[in-house]
Amino acid sequence: MSTIYDRGAPGRRAVALPALQNSEEELLLELPPALRRRNPPRLPEVSQPELVRHYTELSRMNYGVDTGFYPLGSCTMKYNPKLHEDLARLPGFSGLHPLLPPEECQGALAVLWELGELLQGITGMPGVTLQPAAGAHGELTGMLLLKRWLEDRGETGRTKVLLPDSAHGTNPASAAMVGFTVVSLPSDRRGMVDLEALKRALGPDVAGIMLTVPNTLGIFEEDILEITELVHGAGGLCYFDGANFNAYLGRARPGDMGADIFHINLHKTFSTPHGGGGPGAGPVTVSEALVPYLPVPGIVRRGDRFELDWDRPKSVGRVHPYHGNFLVAVRALAYILTLGDEGMREVSAGAVLAANYLKALLQDVYRVPYDRLVKHEFVLSGAGLGEGIRTLDVVKRLMDYGFHPPTIYFPLIVPEALMIEPTETEPKEVLDAFAEALRAIAREAREDPQLLKEAPHGTPVRRLDEARAVREPRLRIQFEKS
Amino acid sequence: MNPYVPHTPDDVRGMLEKIGISDVEGLFSDIPPEVRARHRPLGLPARDELAVSRHLGSRAAESTGARLVPFLGGGLYDHYIPPVVGHVLSRSEFFTAYTPYQAELSQGTLTWMFEYQTMVCELTGMEVANASMYDGATALAEAVLMAARATGGRTVLVPRSLLPHVREVLATYAWGAGLTLTDVPYGPDGRMALGAVPEGTCALVVAQPNALGILEDLSGLKERLGKAFLIAYANPIVLAVVEPPGSFGADVVVGEGQVLGNPIAFGGPLLGFFATRMEHLRRMPGRVSGETRDAHGKVGYVMTFQTREQHIRREGATSNICTNSALCALAATVYLAALGPGGLRRVALLAYERAHVLAERIGRIPGYGLAFSGPFFHEFVVRCSNPAGAVEKLRRAGIAVLPPEFLAPLGVRQGFPVAVTEKRTDEELDLFVSALEGR
Repeated sequence: MSTIYDRGAPGRRAVALPALQNSEEELLLELPPALRRRNPPRLPEVSQPELVRHYTELSRMNYGVDTGFYPLGSCTMKYNPKLHEDLARLPGFSGLHPLLPPEECQGALAVLWELGELLQGITGMPGVTLQPAAGAHGELTGMLLLKRWLEDRGETGRTKVLLPDSAHGTNPASAAMVGFTVVSLPSDRRGMVDLEALKRALGPDVAGIMLTVPNTLGIFEEDILEITELVHGAGGLCYFDGANFNAYLGRARPGDMGADIFHINLHKTFSTPHGGGGPGAGPVTVSEALVPYLPVPGIVRRGDRFELDWDRPKSVGRVHPYHGNFLVAVRALAYILTLGDEGMREVSAGAVLAANYLKALLQDVYRVPYDRLVKHEFVLSGAGLGEGIRTLDVVKRLMDYGFHPPTIYFPLIVPEALMIEPTETEPKEVLDAFAEALRAIAREAREDPQLLKEAPHGTPVRRLDEARAVREPRLRIQFEKS
Repeated sequence: MNPYVPHTPDDVRGMLEKIGISDVEGLFSDIPPEVRARHRPLGLPARDELAVSRHLGSRAAESTGARLVPFLGGGLYDHYIPPVVGHVLSRSEFFTAYTPYQAELSQGTLTWMFEYQTMVCELTGMEVANASMYDGATALAEAVLMAARATGGRTVLVPRSLLPHVREVLATYAWGAGLTLTDVPYGPDGRMALGAVPEGTCALVVAQPNALGILEDLSGLKERLGKAFLIAYANPIVLAVVEPPGSFGADVVVGEGQVLGNPIAFGGPLLGFFATRMEHLRRMPGRVSGETRDAHGKVGYVMTFQTREQHIRREGATSNICTNSALCALAATVYLAALGPGGLRRVALLAYERAHVLAERIGRIPGYGLAFSGPFFHEFVVRCSNPAGAVEKLRRAGIAVLPPEFLAPLGVRQGFPVAVTEKRTDEELDLFVSALEGR
């Protein structure tokens, strides 16, 4: 694998820039001597054609939703509409500075306000902030809101946050960042929150619960109303992780289930691109009780004008330096406007249909540890397929069949887990072909296990040695000492 | 049927049959009926592409600020973005992928991350960098949390000259983690004036340059801090020609990477960069790409040191960060590769040169001058008796500067900030000066 530093030659450059009026040397001499940079940063020196060839080559060693099926569980790798990319590049959006007075930014504020209103309606919750830049950032914002609410009520003795053992890793990490202690709740045999265990855990030291709905097994918590009632009854609040919102978009609302705080991943449910690991966006909607604590500034409409609202004396403060990931919001708004109510119902219908269909195609070959109706995703186990075969071997082999693997080894409560989320945007033929590949791999696991253990065979690199990367850390290019 | 869902009625029938459920509504029977009954639609019709395009197109046109000539800074700057950056980013193999969990199908992402980490280390003078944070402000907040974990101190020394909105984000995170922020004042030259370092200090933050545009001298700071961290919040373009914080013993260097090939975008998405020393690697937040070999000995890249991260360590993780700003980091990588060391130096010096030309010309206008005497780079504070009036004059000429209130939290009463990049032409500089000269 060559890097951009392996290309080019000293003196090459890919852009023609304006000339200076003075010489570089003269200008550099104007800087105080202690501040003058002694050694220039070692950056590549390449011509424009070399640059484009290199990154085009790298792109061909990548796999995206536009390349093929990407059933990464809990990540909702749905198709990203191309209209949205063009809209996000309009100069009136991409060139606007956020520190201009609101009267100069009416169009952008209108977009944020409209999206905020729609998200409140879609989630059935009366307050919103669009500041969080990702799902985990939304979780952190939610935990800050919870802490502020407790502090305002003088209930600082509530220091524990309850978490089902199937929770995403970001949940406990977010709770810990604001000083909460995490208490794990076991799942019952149905794969749902164990109500008796919940009752035992609740008490005057509990700040609240973080729930993923549906949970990471793809199972809807059928006792959701009892759960939220129990937590509220014990004086706590209910945080819902919206990573799996695609499962019931347009059909049910967290606000109707007792959620107090809900984060939405715009890059999952609302189709904005994942970008190779961001940028995403993690807006948070809240119940009435938490509205006073939302981050400042809020965006409000007065008549036909949009303004910034700083008058929130109980606010947690800012969680983003400006208004969040605005260009992601533009894309999400375009998506909601395109779909309308009916389109949103089609999204959840298609996602749940695809997940249950795929599960039905696979359950005679792969073990289904919690076998019930699922929502947008389901979890299989790769255990017991063949001598010494692990889930890792199965998914590496999937690459040879042209598919991106599902999420693996998560949730932690399923040994050798394969967490599969097909999304609504895949045609039936693709689902059939994917199931056929996984069935073929199960046969191979018995007949030719070595084929799996050495997989993948057709990728730009073969299986990589992760232990070596830690043992001999090489985290940047090492240059010869000059 | 919406254009992104491919299931025909025939497909749906066949799939339901395989599942063994008679209709689509049956797929949702596990959601309590009372919850479903409470659902209220928005009353929102579906729209065609042309209608959505018209609606958002008119929104884009409604922001008058986008049509002004920007002399705007405050942490985000209007630098030239070579078209080659956008063209590379539009390769959807990059932007429709996710976090490179499966390395064999993600060598493109992992390779550019490795390049990016190298470039960030080179700019900052540090040993190791992560693959990005959301923005400069949250990167700074995470650096402070890391310093608190490493040193056990609970007090953070923060210069009064830090960008006000960056400070506000830091204050929110610090409150959540139970840390105290203590102000460090600045002197008449606009430079930080550090007094005694109190007991229990976990970090000193220094901005390079600061929100007044003034370049700080980092010499001797680390020596005064003992085990407390020196954390620099730096502008990466300025670092092309200014000695990097790494040379002064900084423990962490963070900053806003928007200036490296990303649009201002009404403030998001942005790019937080984060670099530190190898000794702090296991405390660092965020993804890291590392070089290794495949089963046949070929060089390849993987996400590494993942035991720091939330998906492995859960509540014991160094941060909760998962999704970050990967695509903006790719833009920075391509931008830096396109410019090279010479191009980046040129961009920095063009901004410096033009800013100094403008500052000098403004200084010759009666009633106007520079608010601070320290060395500045490409942003400066204009002192005048009626800043609101001056800003209004500029606005009438089609020029945007930040409102004077922006610097009020820093204690600046009679002035407004002006930022200049390589994009500002001689004509635009003339326009600026003549607008201020006018009545």
